[in-house]
Amino acid sequence: MRPEAQRESVLDVAVLLSVGRHPVTGRARRADQDARGVELALALDRAHLTLLHAGPRDEESEGALRGYLGMGIPALTLIEQPPGADVIPALAARLNEAGAQLVIAGERAEQGEGSGMLPYLLAERLGWPLVGGLAAVEKVENGVATLLQALPRGQRRRLQVRLPAIVTVDAAAAAARQSAFGPARRGEIEAESAVVEWDEVQAEWSVAPARKRPKRLKIVKAASARDRFKAAAAKAEGGSGQVLNDVTPEQGAEAIFKLLKDEGVLR
Amino acid sequence: MSENIRRDPRREWIARNRLHPDHQSVLAELGEGSSAATEWMGPNGVIRKNPHAVGFIGPNGIRRIDRSGAQQAAAAGRGAGAGRQAAADQRRQVTIEAPAFLVAVVPDMPGGRLSSHDRDLLGLARQLADADPERPGAVLSVVFGEHREDAFGEAGIDRLLHLEGDAYAGFAPEACLAALTVVEGEFAPRHWLLPDSRLGGADLGRRLAARLGERPAAGIWQVEPDVACTLGWRCTGRGAAGTQDIQRPLPHVALALAECAEPVSETCHAARPSALSQSLPPLLGRIEDLGQVAVDPAGLALSEAEFILSAGNGVKDWEGFHQAAEVLGATEGASRVAVDDGYMPRDRQVGATGTWVTARVYVAVGISGAIQHLQGIQSCDKVVAINLDPGCDMIKRADLAVIGDSASILAALVEMVQRQREEKRDAA
Repeated sequence: MRPEAQRESVLDVAVLLSVGRHPVTGRARRADQDARGVELALALDRAHLTLLHAGPRDEESEGALRGYLGMGIPALTLIEQPPGADVIPALAARLNEAGAQLVIAGERAEQGEGSGMLPYLLAERLGWPLVGGLAAVEKVENGVATLLQALPRGQRRRLQVRLPAIVTVDAAAAAARQSAFGPARRGEIEAESAVVEWDEVQAEWSVAPARKRPKRLKIVKAASARDRFKAAAAKAEGGSGQVLNDVTPEQGAEAIFKLLKDEGVLR
Repeated sequence: MSENIRRDPRREWIARNRLHPDHQSVLAELGEGSSAATEWMGPNGVIRKNPHAVGFIGPNGIRRIDRSGAQQAAAAGRGAGAGRQAAADQRRQVTIEAPAFLVAVVPDMPGGRLSSHDRDLLGLARQLADADPERPGAVLSVVFGEHREDAFGEAGIDRLLHLEGDAYAGFAPEACLAALTVVEGEFAPRHWLLPDSRLGGADLGRRLAARLGERPAAGIWQVEPDVACTLGWRCTGRGAAGTQDIQRPLPHVALALAECAEPVSETCHAARPSALSQSLPPLLGRIEDLGQVAVDPAGLALSEAEFILSAGNGVKDWEGFHQAAEVLGATEGASRVAVDDGYMPRDRQVGATGTWVTARVYVAVGISGAIQHLQGIQSCDKVVAINLDPGCDMIKRADLAVIGDSASILAALVEMVQRQREEKRDAA
C-alpha cells in the first residue's frame, strides 16, 4: 500500500552460519544451532534476512550451506576466508557496513575450536549487547526487542534489549524446518572477498579425537572395614532430617510452607 | 588415698560367679550404672573382661557382637560424644595469611547455594593454589547477590568477595562483568576459573574473556602441571561440539566442565570476607530483565521440573491433591503404586522404573519410599515427606517429615498459600 511506511518498519536481521559436522558420519551438514537461528529469523515478521558465512569456498561447505538455502531463502553471502583464518575482523566489518539491527548466531560451532567465543568477541568489538540462550523474539518496537530466554528446567525469562544486538540460540530454541532440495539447488551463494587475519595460536595446540572421560569413583574415607562396608551397602539417607510428630495439620502445613518459601519455589 | 586400689573380695567373687543371684546387680555397680559391666579393674590393677555381657541379643535370639564399638559406647553412654566430636574435627583448618597469588573463582550458585559443579571447580582452584606448598596461593571467590550458603570454608574458599545489591538480581551480565573487571584491576588474580554451565559461568566467563582480551579455554576437564607453559599448567578441553580434545597451555581465563577435579574434602578454609576498596562505577544497562514468565507446570517434563508434588498409595483424596498441585504451582509426580492403580498417567511415574527426577524440592505425599523410588529422587535437593507411618524409609530420606493425614495437611497448606496470595494482592 504505502511502500515508505513499510520500508521504515523493516528490521534488518543477519544470521551467522557455520558448516556443521554430523556427529555420527562426520560429513558436513547445516549446523543444528545455526539452523535453529535461521528458523527464529524466519518467524520474525517484516524482517529482511541476510545470511552470512565466513569460510573457505569448496565443494563440501557449499553442500552444507545449501542446506540453509533449502529452508526457503533465495541467497546467502559467503565471505571468503582460508581455513585457519580469524574470521572475526571480516565479519565485524561486514556487519558494520550492512547495518544489521539484530544478529542471530548459534551458540557454538560443531567444528574447529568450538569455544563459542565468536558472538562475544563480535559483541565486544562492535560494542553491542549480547543475549544468550534465546527461545523466541516476542516483538521489536522502536529499536527495543523483547526476547524470551530459555532457562534450565523449562523456565522462560523475558528480557528487553536495545538494538542493535547480538543474540545466540542453542538447543532450547524451536527446531529447524526441513531443508527442501529444489530451493537448495536454486539458491544463490554470493561470494565476497575480505581481509584475512591468521589465527596463529591455534596451530600450536594438539588436537585429538575426544577421549572418554574417566568416570568419577565414589571415594569412601573410613577408618574401619565395617564403615567401608556400611558405606558400600548403605541405602540413601538424608540423615539429619526434621520429623514433626503429633502436630496439627495447620502446624505441619506451616512448616512445609516455610520450607517452600525459603527455597523460593512458590510464586 | 584414692591411689590405693580398694578391693571388695566378696563383690568380686559375685561378679565372677554367673550363677549368684546378685550377679547382675553387682556387675551393674562395677560398670558404673550401665546394665552390665564388660570391663573393670581387677584386684591387681589388671583389666578384667566379661565376655558374656558383650553384645546384645539379636532378633532371632542369637547373641550379636558389634566389633565397631558403637553399640558398647552407646550402651555405656561414654565415648560416643567424644567419637562424634573427633569426626567433626577431622578437617584440617587452613589459614593463608599472605598468599603468593590469587585464584579467582566465580561460582554459579543456583538457588543461592554452591552446586556440585561449583564444588568441583573450587577443588580445581585448590589444586592450582596449593601446587607449591612453600608459596601457597589463595582462592578468591566472587559471589553476586543474595546467597544461602554457610559452608564456604568447607568448599575451599580463602577469601570471599560478596557483592550485594539489586543490580545483580536476575539476569544482569553487564553489572557482573563490570564488577569482575574491577576485581581484575584490584586483585590481579593469576587464574580466573568459571563453571562452563549454560547461562551461568559459560556466559559470564566468555564476556569476561572478551573484555579482558584473553583467549579462554572452554570445556576444560583436565589440568596437569607443565613447566613449559607460561602459567605452569597444561589443560585438556573439549572442542568441536564435544568430539575433539584440545590440549594447550592453561590460559588466564578458563571455563571448566563438571567433574574437572575432586571437591575439597580434607581441609577447611577461612573464607575471610574481603571487599573492593573502590565503589563500582554507575552502569547504563542495555539489557533489562522483566522477570520470569509463568510456565504451565503441568506441561513440564518430569525430569526437568524444579518443584514436584508426588503422590503415592497413601493419597485417598485425589481431587484435593490435584488442586494442591495447581495452587502450589508444582509439577505432579506419582509412585508406581499410584500409577498402577490408574490414578496417574504412566509418564508421571518417579523412580528407577519411571523418570529419574532432578527437582530442587520434592514433596512426597503418602509415599513410603521403595528403594526404586528413592533411587529416582537421589539428586533432589530438599525432600519433604507427608506420611502416616513414622517408620518408613521416605521419612529417613526426608529433610522435613510431617506425620499426619495427608489430605488435611495439603488442605491446610493450600489454604495458607491462598490466604498469603490474597494478602499480597490486597497490599498491592
